Amino acid sequence: MTAVPVAPDLFTWPADDPALIAGKASDGSLVFPYRPTKLVNGKREALEKVELPRRGTLWTFTTQVFRPTSPPYAGDDDLKTFEPYSIGYVELPGALRIEARLTEPDSDKLTIGQEMELVIVPFATNSDGNLTVTFAFAPVTEGTSA
Amino acid sequence: MSKPDIAIIGVGLHPFGRHGNKSALEMGEDAAIEALSDAGIGWDDVDNLWASSMEVKNPEAITGFLGLSGIPARSTFTGCASGGNTLQQAANSIRLGEADIALAVGLDKHPRGAFSDHPSVSGLPDWYGDLGLFLTTHFFGMKINRYMHDFGISHETLAKVASKAFTNGSRTPHAWRNKPISPEEVLASPLLNYPLRQYMYCGPDEGAAAAVVCRAEDAHKYTDTPIYLRAHQLFSRQEDAFELLSPSLQLETAPSPTVFASKAAYEQAGISPEDVDVIQLQDTDAGSEVIHMAENGFCADGEQEKLVAEGATELGGRLPINTDGGLLANGEPVGASGLRQIYEIANQLRGRCGDRQLENAKVGYAQLYGAPGTAAVTILSR
Repeated sequence: MTAVPVAPDLFTWPADDPALIAGKASDGSLVFPYRPTKLVNGKREALEKVELPRRGTLWTFTTQVFRPTSPPYAGDDDLKTFEPYSIGYVELPGALRIEARLTEPDSDKLTIGQEMELVIVPFATNSDGNLTVTFAFAPVTEGTSA
Repeated sequence: MSKPDIAIIGVGLHPFGRHGNKSALEMGEDAAIEALSDAGIGWDDVDNLWASSMEVKNPEAITGFLGLSGIPARSTFTGCASGGNTLQQAANSIRLGEADIALAVGLDKHPRGAFSDHPSVSGLPDWYGDLGLFLTTHFFGMKINRYMHDFGISHETLAKVASKAFTNGSRTPHAWRNKPISPEEVLASPLLNYPLRQYMYCGPDEGAAAAVVCRAEDAHKYTDTPIYLRAHQLFSRQEDAFELLSPSLQLETAPSPTVFASKAAYEQAGISPEDVDVIQLQDTDAGSEVIHMAENGFCADGEQEKLVAEGATELGGRLPINTDGGLLANGEPVGASGLRQIYEIANQLRGRCGDRQLENAKVGYAQLYGAPGTAAVTILSR
């Protein structure tokens, strides 16, 4: 069974240090998720693919305690096995604030401003029987190597 | 204050809530007939129709119930800001000379539970829905969480805002939620999207609302108590704003479209926030009401903590907000919700609100906000 990303061009994979992929315009502005073109000062231009920083700080967060309506939600859980998760914006220095699932579901254990790092986590089994993986941010704990 | 050119001469409402098999169009019919009879006119006097709905593709098909008179009948939908926009289109059509009398009606009937759709309808990739990120409720939780962090707003304040809505709902015969709920009960309700709890959220429901407009100079032909349309503005989001359903945000945050709509509306009306006597704010959740108090100029960021504690936003307070219980007590039939705000303000300005009537209210303010980052502000006066 191969682990495949939930979507192409979302993060570098496979990779030892996976990173999110953004588009960069000639004016330096960043677009996430990556798309090939953008209007810049009224002109359509091709965007350069760049990797975003892997670490940042938690800007805000919330929790999802019930299973979202499916579709569109595509987790392979059901109403009984659903596990609450949290979502947040992680501020990547000099880049963007990225919305993502957080690996810590308990709001009491999350604090605005805490350090977070990108991780690639299993998501579901797709229709081909492959395990899909997605990006998330995990709190940086003492002893985690950068 | 600027000289008004458009007046509201009648308003109508089909109560919001759950209404079995009754269709959205039939609820719209009831609201329209009430508004027409409030204006003392018949359907034959109406020159054009503006209708908004999220669930009904062609809400202007309400003509099938009211009479197939052949008039221009159009649908207009701008998400949660639809009610303000529909009224604005009706007013503009009078200015353009298409109509002497225009009818604006909003109607909806939503399935139970949070709104859901395919991410592509919002221009978002499939994975955003797959992963469980395509929920508008996440935005409300995350925006108020950051706001509480930045400006010292407490969980108790959110609970008091919700409790106030249900208290006002208990004085509003047509409200959906009309049982008072204490702040303690609000705080004890299940957490849905931290820091927002079940009783801090409005629910999608069913209902309709309508308003009849004409030129201000003609208003006294129809009513002794016309309500003048002093301002109406609609703004969409600007680059870098912190908005619903955003996979990424820029590091510098631009103001919400509400801020721009509000400033433009005060300017158009020639008034300032201190001149407003009765306020309707989009309270999709208790946090939204808190944030919207500042975004609409009624206080500085963070001042809500003190204002809510001292009861300033309650009936009889200095800033009475959502006197009919707002979205929290009435729910949100999206296409109709904005015209419910107009219905309440018009009735407050005309002294028709019974147990929740404010003393001598002369100027009313209504704000709407929702996906995809659209805000509408309407200012009315006696």
